[in-house]
Amino acid sequence: MTANVTVEAVSHRFGAVAALSDIRLEIAAGEYVTLLGPSGCGKTTLLSVLGGFLEPSGGRVLIGGQDMTHVPPTRRPTTTMFQDYALFPHMSLADNVAFGLRMAGVGKRARMSRAGEMLALVGLAEDGAKRPHELSGGQRQRVALARCLAVEPEVLLLDEPLGALDLKLRRNMQDELKSIQRQVGTTFVHVTHDQEEAMAIADRIVVMNAGRIEDEGAPRRIYREPRTLFAAGFMGEINRIPARAVAGRVETPFGPVPAAPPAGRALVACLRPEAVSPAPARFQIGPARVRDAAFFGTYCRAHLVPEAAPDLILVAHLPPDALPEEGAVLTLHADPDSLAVFPEE
Amino acid sequence: MTRVLPWLYLAAAFAFIYLPVGVLVLFSFQDGTLPVPPFEGPSLRWYAGVLSDDDLTAALLNSVVVAAGQGAVAVTLGFLAAYGLARHVVPGTVFLRALLIAPLTVSYLIVGLGLLIVVQQVGLGLSLWTAGIGHVVINLPICFAIIYAAMGAQQQSAERAARDLGAGEFDVIRLVTVPMLAPAILASYFLSVTLSWDEFIIAFLLTRFDVTLPVEIWSLLRSGLSPRLNAIGSVVFLVSVTAVVAAEVLIFRRRR
Repeated sequence: MTANVTVEAVSHRFGAVAALSDIRLEIAAGEYVTLLGPSGCGKTTLLSVLGGFLEPSGGRVLIGGQDMTHVPPTRRPTTTMFQDYALFPHMSLADNVAFGLRMAGVGKRARMSRAGEMLALVGLAEDGAKRPHELSGGQRQRVALARCLAVEPEVLLLDEPLGALDLKLRRNMQDELKSIQRQVGTTFVHVTHDQEEAMAIADRIVVMNAGRIEDEGAPRRIYREPRTLFAAGFMGEINRIPARAVAGRVETPFGPVPAAPPAGRALVACLRPEAVSPAPARFQIGPARVRDAAFFGTYCRAHLVPEAAPDLILVAHLPPDALPEEGAVLTLHADPDSLAVFPEE
Repeated sequence: MTRVLPWLYLAAAFAFIYLPVGVLVLFSFQDGTLPVPPFEGPSLRWYAGVLSDDDLTAALLNSVVVAAGQGAVAVTLGFLAAYGLARHVVPGTVFLRALLIAPLTVSYLIVGLGLLIVVQQVGLGLSLWTAGIGHVVINLPICFAIIYAAMGAQQQSAERAARDLGAGEFDVIRLVTVPMLAPAILASYFLSVTLSWDEFIIAFLLTRFDVTLPVEIWSLLRSGLSPRLNAIGSVVFLVSVTAVVAAEVLIFRRRR
């Protein structure tokens, strides 16, 4: 089962603090959306509003076209996978997974067979009789997922589901979550503060900050053409090059950027480290002295001081075949399309 | 020497705690009329005497019924109070919590006297019921405190998950909260049973014709020391030990 979700002008206040301000969001049925942002940005609050654990101070939430704003979690077609998994420690894994069906009045035989299928889906077919404390963190995670999916929710909400796992396991689970989502077709809304996780997993990323949506779109678009300076900075490392709008052009210490200047006089031109390259390109950064460099496997990460702007330090991901020596002078270039210009915040 | 000292200390501590009980049990098997050395015996004559005494066996049974009944009421009320205060936003939570625990600081004598006055004002006759009510008054705060302390964030998030999966309030309590809190609930039940089992003052003030065992023992004490009292004491001790062992087994088994 799957359904679309519409968030209409939702706002929520905790006392004097605005946790959500005028959030508008359309999520298509079967889409995998991540809500990405730093802690305190309102992403978990928004998830609680979708799950029914929090009634927003204003606005409406529609799931499958039905107004769910004031419907409690029990009667919503959503299930939530909690950060701490919230498994029932006194029940076997099969009973945990079958719990939702038991509440729906499904007979014992039918719900146990369904629980078996769900455990098989997450790779724990043999472990139905075990208790949660016998499992590793990653396995508990899978049981929590199976328990949520067993009731065939229209929308599955995931609250930082991979936060407690180590890095390697997290990368594996990301791939698995995505493939399970493809199999079941349920709409997934996944909260995370890890932009790599968001990019690895999502059809669409919603970047949030201070209770607002900063940007939303496909991972590639947000990474390469972010709408705001915050989104640019949160999606990955950037070089912030001070710029000014002069006569309808954007002027940087390295020369003009062929882009229409946004409103405001003080501007920032953003450049990703991997866009800085010694290979010739149309935007010239010019000679820069290597301050330090380190080998990272697929690239060499270097800090460079450009001669045209000696008080700037540029971060560049250079080709991994030769580690640049400290003090060496490289002539750097960048593709002008990789430069994004924003008003200074 | 330094390795032996801790063991000596341990032995001394246990001797201090258990020697009186050991002596009591030993002289309950005395084959004479005084529970003092030298030990003559062993003999079961005093146990036979206790078991053939109808007043004593009736008092024993009364104590069991009162202890089991008041324990069930105290745990139920304590659980409901703890669940309500831990899970719902109630104005003045801190004050209510203090008010619930406060009776612990009042002496049993004062609680007993207060209840006696109330019971007589209301015109309720003194009986095992009134003694049971008295024991609920003293055990409810203990049950509340134990269960409230055990209601952590883990239960709360499991309850939230259960609601999310479609469970109604009653199912949440029955299938998630109570099973997860079983160790605390059983511990508070057995503790309140044990406390009621050997409680004297309140039972003395609030019973009249049917009495509990401690009240019966007190009336026997007035006729002086006898191995018969040791035999009763041993039976009381045996029941308490059984309750503690049962609690250990039940709670420990559930934890694993």
